[in-house]
Amino acid sequence: MSNDVFTRDYIESYSTQQQEPTWMTDFRLKAFETAEAIDMPKPDKTKITRWDFDTFEHVTNNQSAKQIALNDLPEGIKKFIDIEKEQNLLILRDNVREYVHLSEALTKQGVIVTDLRTAIKEHADLVKQYFMTDAVSVNEHKLTALHGALVNGGAFIYVPKNVVVEEPIQTIFWQDNPAQALFNHVILVAEENSEVTYVENYLASETEAKTVMNVVSEVFAKANAKVSYGSVDHFAHGTTSYINRRGLADRDAKIEWALGQMNDGDTISENVTHLLGDQSVCYAKAVSVGRGDQTQNFTAHIVNHGKHTDGIILQHGVMKEKATGIFHGIGKIEHGGTKANAEQESRVLMLSKHARGDANPILLIDEDDVTAGHAASVGRVDPVQLYYLMSRGISKQEAERLIIHGFLAPVVNEIPIEAVRKQLTDVIEGKVY
Amino acid sequence: MSGSTLEIKDLHVEIDGKEILKGVNLTIKGGEFHAIMGPNGTGKSTLASAIMGHPKYEVTKGQILMDGEDVLEMEVDERAQAGLFLAMQYPSEISGVTTSDFLRSSINAHREEGDEIPLMKFIKEMDGAMDYLEMDKNMSQRYLNEGFSGGEKKRNEILQLMLLKPAIGILDEIDSGLDIDALKVVSKGINKLRNENFGCLIITHYQRLLNYVTPDYVHVMMQGRVVKSGGPELVERLESEGYEWIKDELGIEDETVGE
Repeated sequence: MSNDVFTRDYIESYSTQQQEPTWMTDFRLKAFETAEAIDMPKPDKTKITRWDFDTFEHVTNNQSAKQIALNDLPEGIKKFIDIEKEQNLLILRDNVREYVHLSEALTKQGVIVTDLRTAIKEHADLVKQYFMTDAVSVNEHKLTALHGALVNGGAFIYVPKNVVVEEPIQTIFWQDNPAQALFNHVILVAEENSEVTYVENYLASETEAKTVMNVVSEVFAKANAKVSYGSVDHFAHGTTSYINRRGLADRDAKIEWALGQMNDGDTISENVTHLLGDQSVCYAKAVSVGRGDQTQNFTAHIVNHGKHTDGIILQHGVMKEKATGIFHGIGKIEHGGTKANAEQESRVLMLSKHARGDANPILLIDEDDVTAGHAASVGRVDPVQLYYLMSRGISKQEAERLIIHGFLAPVVNEIPIEAVRKQLTDVIEGKVY
Repeated sequence: MSGSTLEIKDLHVEIDGKEILKGVNLTIKGGEFHAIMGPNGTGKSTLASAIMGHPKYEVTKGQILMDGEDVLEMEVDERAQAGLFLAMQYPSEISGVTTSDFLRSSINAHREEGDEIPLMKFIKEMDGAMDYLEMDKNMSQRYLNEGFSGGEKKRNEILQLMLLKPAIGILDEIDSGLDIDALKVVSKGINKLRNENFGCLIITHYQRLLNYVTPDYVHVMMQGRVVKSGGPELVERLESEGYEWIKDELGIEDETVGE
């Protein structure tokens, strides 16, 4: 790490200033030691040695948590919220809690929705149990280690046993100061037989300022729990992002991902789910749009450990201008995962001859009695489809727009909050045209 | 004069460097129904695709005029705006775009910006036409042509024809793969459009469609040209005697465009 701002002393004083318990301070310091000793990740087919992971501001704001009125939010943030309805909603602005609300009924049932800073103090045992223990580990590479050392925001969502959360829980992680780095960490725990739908929005001010995002999500679906996890990532052009979302599914559990990967800067984004328990299921769906000169490397990875597990990956990407998008789809069936199923589909639509797209399907199978399949393609808009639409009087631009929205629809339509779905559509619109 | 006039003059068309049409002449006026018949491989569908501007077909010689305007200078969408419509033999499947959204975009493409069709009016028109064609209403929410049966695709083409009300409609083998009940429904849709402002070119190699949609003029294509034209009586003679007598009359051995 060439950034010499960060030292043991800095981390210790940051932790103290945040009034963290000793175990958290120790965790940070240990992670920092690891970060100094360990290498950067090496994403397949993308060289990141020249990416700027060093230029950012870690703390710019040391305000305490607030509770503002939703109507006072700027329009750019408000449009992501179905403001007319009661919201289970958490908003962080530059890592500081700006707003939180959870319905009375859910609060009574023991559901927890809070910012990570508060959770570390108020739900220490739970955070300690799940924070970078069984899902994402500090030791994976320098960026996960730095994440453990410098985590400065995030959310903690906890759904007790047998509780079904009917309305979605939404978080908005809003980067207001253009230089602010989000080392954002989300923990979502769904206990046995529970159900929850969660949607997060990463929003940034549109500037060229250099900064870094280092985002980790850890999702735990216990036996027979169902988690539906939607996201829209939209960091600015000057932002270099590392995003790691990971799920662990126990027996009969189901994790569904619907990820809108819309960053404008260089991005590594990996989404890994371990189907640990028998009959567990994961649908990992993601859409991405690349534009300008950005390079993005996406991995959707499902590991079938348990018997009769079902893992399905679907990623669709659109690359325009000089953008590069690499899409890895990895289906891994471990020994013992009999009757497991691993399916994947990765498709990249190229809108410019200067864009680069690569769909890289990988099946790794260590068990005999399984089913698996993959489909991958990189191509341009089909001229015969364009002809068909234009033959009805639709302009070429509108025809392309229809085809692109159609191409991304399988994931966009999965986003469970209407306002967010609409915003994702608008973000796509803005990026494609 | 009512309706539009489509004139095709000495049209030569190539696909992948191979000449398929070798000088087609044809004029269709508003109110007229023309049928083009002929065995497979004689250039009928190529004519339809070339008129609409399919990207694979290259016009090497000749003219296509719509009310005197040069169609060959127009982009595909401009041809539709000028009043041409092609019901395709193999309509594209477009994933993620619902039939309803596509229909609405198509209708609005023919209207001025700011004068888009009101949603309720659109739904009423679409539902009315779907009822007329005995279509399942759920189809409007399915992705365009994706997973449609052959018969559903053909009905969907006629549905678009009914909603867009073009000046000149070209129907490319709209009857292929239809059972008799579906054929009757599709014919009913076409006949509903019959008026002095609507001209129609029906391409088929079966006579049976023409039992339900009676043409005013019948043309036979062979070897990439119109080799014989006549009235509806020609259909009956072709039905009873086939194409051999025309080949004998004109001294044609192989009626196809040939390798």
